[in-house]
Amino acid sequence: MNDNSKTRVVVGMSGGVDSSVVAYLLKKQGYDVVGVFMKNWDDTDENGYCTATEDYKDVAKVAAKIGIPYYSVNFEKEYWDRVFTYFLDEYKKGRTPNPDVICNNEIKFKAFLDYAISLGADYVATGHYAQAERDADGHQHLLRAVDDNKDQTYFLSQLSADQLDRVMFPLGGMRKPEVRAIAHEAGLAVADKKDSVGICFIGEKNFREFLGTYLPAKSGKMMTVDGEVKGEHAGLMYYTIGQRRGLGIGGGSKNNEPWFVIGKDLSKNILYVGQGFENPHLYATDLKASDMHFVNSIGSNRGHNFKCTAKFRYRAQDVPVTVHFNEDFSKIDVHFDEPARAITPGQALVLYDGDECIGGGIIDAAYSNDRMLQYI
Amino acid sequence: MMKEVYLDNAATTPTDPKVVEVIADNLTNNWGNASSLHGVGRKARASLENSRSIIAKSINADDEEIIFTSGGTESNNTAILKVADRYQKFGKHIITTKIEHPSVLRPMEKLEKDGFTVTYLDVNEDGVIDLDQFKQALDDETILVSIMTGNNEVGSHMPIHEIGEILKDHQAIFHTDAVQAYGLLDIDVKRDHIDLLSTSAHKLNGPKMLGFLYKNSDVNFDSFVLGGEQEDKRRAGTENVANIAGFASAVERLTTESKTELQEKYVGFKHQIIDFLNDNQIDFDINGSMSDDNLQHVFNIWLKGHSTYVMQTNLDLAGIAISGGSACTAGSLEPSHVLIAMYGEDSPRISESIRISFGKYTTSDDISYLCNQLKEIVDRLNSQEA
Repeated sequence: MNDNSKTRVVVGMSGGVDSSVVAYLLKKQGYDVVGVFMKNWDDTDENGYCTATEDYKDVAKVAAKIGIPYYSVNFEKEYWDRVFTYFLDEYKKGRTPNPDVICNNEIKFKAFLDYAISLGADYVATGHYAQAERDADGHQHLLRAVDDNKDQTYFLSQLSADQLDRVMFPLGGMRKPEVRAIAHEAGLAVADKKDSVGICFIGEKNFREFLGTYLPAKSGKMMTVDGEVKGEHAGLMYYTIGQRRGLGIGGGSKNNEPWFVIGKDLSKNILYVGQGFENPHLYATDLKASDMHFVNSIGSNRGHNFKCTAKFRYRAQDVPVTVHFNEDFSKIDVHFDEPARAITPGQALVLYDGDECIGGGIIDAAYSNDRMLQYI
Repeated sequence: MMKEVYLDNAATTPTDPKVVEVIADNLTNNWGNASSLHGVGRKARASLENSRSIIAKSINADDEEIIFTSGGTESNNTAILKVADRYQKFGKHIITTKIEHPSVLRPMEKLEKDGFTVTYLDVNEDGVIDLDQFKQALDDETILVSIMTGNNEVGSHMPIHEIGEILKDHQAIFHTDAVQAYGLLDIDVKRDHIDLLSTSAHKLNGPKMLGFLYKNSDVNFDSFVLGGEQEDKRRAGTENVANIAGFASAVERLTTESKTELQEKYVGFKHQIIDFLNDNQIDFDINGSMSDDNLQHVFNIWLKGHSTYVMQTNLDLAGIAISGGSACTAGSLEPSHVLIAMYGEDSPRISESIRISFGKYTTSDDISYLCNQLKEIVDRLNSQEA
C-alpha cells in the first residue's frame, strides 16, 4: 500500500457537503489533508452578516470533526480583477457570461493552486464532479463525472493538463446521493446543507437588483422583428436569448403562444421578442466561438476539422456537431447536425469526444445557415 | 507525532502546573462565596485577601488598591471610561499613543464620539513615544494619560518613569496598560507615580478571564460592572477565589531575579534566531529595536518577500505557533496598526512580518526547530518562485 501520509493535499473547502466529503475521504485514505477556505467575495450586509463568515464556520466544524488543520485565504482582489470585471464587461456587450468557467481557470485552479503549492501541497482537491485521468503516455484527460446530472466538466473546460496534473476530483466517480450518505455516516455537520445555486456572488439575491447596482440599465423598446412595439424592456443586460419569464407580455395574436426573447440590438437598444417556444429565430444551424482551448496537447491531433459533440450551456445534453478550426486553433466554426435552440453569446462552448471533455471556448455569434442571428 | 512548538506567548501562556494545582485545590476545598457571612464564606475571603496582598506587594501597592477584574480588557475599559466620566468636569482632553492595545483604542474612539478630544502620540521606528511631543500635548484640559508600559507586538518599552515624573504635579490621571510587562519588568506604582495599571493573569502562566486593575486610593470612580458590593463596591460579581489564588501563586514566584533571568534568556533566543538567519542568508530585518530596555519576550521580524499569511500557515503546518496579527475577515489579516505607526502604511513590513514570542517554558531546542523550519519553508518558497 502507498504511504499517502507523505502526500499533502490541500482541499478547497467551501463549507458545503461536496468539499467536506472530499476532505473526509482523503483523510480516510491517509493523506496529509489541509483544508483551505477561499473567500472571493464580500457580501457583508448592514447587520454584519456575511455568507463567507457563516460558510467558514461550517468549514471549521467539519475540519474539527475530521481532524485536519484548516485555514482561509482571501482572493477578493483577484476575483474582482479577473472574474467580476470580465463578468460586467460581457454584460456591457449585451452577452450572457459564465463567470464560473473563468473562476475555475483564474481563481480555483490558478491563484488557489499557487497558494496551495506555497503551503507545500502536492495536490489540490475540490468537490467538483469530474474526472481527471492520466493515460499510459502521461497525457492528462478530463472526463465527465459518473453522475451525469452533476457533471461539471462544462465549467472546467478551460483547464490545462498542467493544472490537471496537480488536481484531484474524488467525487468524479460518485453520485450525489452517495456523497450525502457518506456525509451522514461520517456525522459531518453539513450533511443536510442545501446545495448552492446560481452564480456564487449573487446567490439567492435578485439578479436584476444586483446587476443594476454595478451597471446602468437603459430601458428601451421591446418589439417584434416586424417592428411592432410590444412594450418596454428594463435594460438589455437583464435579458438572455430564449428567456420567457419577466417580459410582462402575455399571449395575444398568433395562437395565444407565450413570448420569448429572440434577439437584441445593442446599438439601437432594442429587445426583440417573438412568440412560441419553437420560434424560428431561436434556432441556429452554426455558431462561431473564440478563445478556443484544448485541455491537453493531443487535442489538436484531431486536426482542424472533425465530428464530435458539443454543449452550449450547463445542464444541456451535448449534441452532434462538425467543427472547423482556424489555422492556429484559436477560433472555431461549429455546424450542428440538427438546428440548436437559444445559442447565447458569452456562454461557453464545450466539446466532447465520448466521455472526454476536449476543451472549449466562448460563443461569439449564432447563425441560421448564412444569416447571423441578431443576438447582440 | 508532529513536534509542537509554542512561540505565541504574547497571546497567551501555558498554565503553570503549580497554578493548576492551586486552582484545583481551591475549587475542591475552598469554593465558598467570599461575601458570605459564614464559615465557608470566611474561608474563601481569607484566601482572596491573601491573594490580594501577594499581588499588591508585587507592584508596591496597598491591598485596597487592587481590584480583580475579568482581565486586561475590562481593566483598560474601566480605567479609561470611568475616569473620563468622573473627571470630565476638569477637562475633556486625553492623551494616549497610536500603538495601544484595541482595548484602549476602542474606548478612546467611543469617548471621541462623546465629545472628548484624544491626542494619539506618534512613535518612532523603535516603537517609543517622544517625551517632548508628550509634554507639548499636555495642557490644562488633560484629565487622563493612558500609555502602555510595553507593546504586545514589538516589545517596545515606554518611558513610564519619566511620564510619571511629568504628571506628578499635573491634574491628569496616569493609566498604564501593563498586560505584557507585568511578568517581565519590575513595576513600582509609587516610584513611577502610576494612578491606574491594568494586568492580565493568563500572560504570566495564570488562568484566563482574570486580571486586576490597580487604582491609586486618591482616584475615585464607581463600578463599571453593576450589581453586588464586591471588591469594595468597585467591581460587582462573585470573585473567582480559586483562579485568583492561582494568579497569586504565579505572581509569588516572579521575583526580580527570575524576571531578569527570563529577560536574559529571551535575548539569547533573539540572538540565536538572528545568527541563524544571517548564517543562512535569509533576508530579514527586526521590527523595533534590540534595546536592553525592551520586553524581550516579543520578537517581531520582517521576512523580506514572504507574506505573513503564507509564513504563518506554513509554520503552523510544521507545528509551530507564532502570530501574524489578528484576523479581520476570512482569509485576511488586519494590517498591524503598530507597524503602520512605526513604518508608515506603505512599508512592505506590514504584510511580511511575523511575531515570535517566548515564554518561560521555551527552550533553545524550540528555537532551533523554528529556525530549521523557517529555512526549509523559505528555501521551498524561493525554489517555487524560481
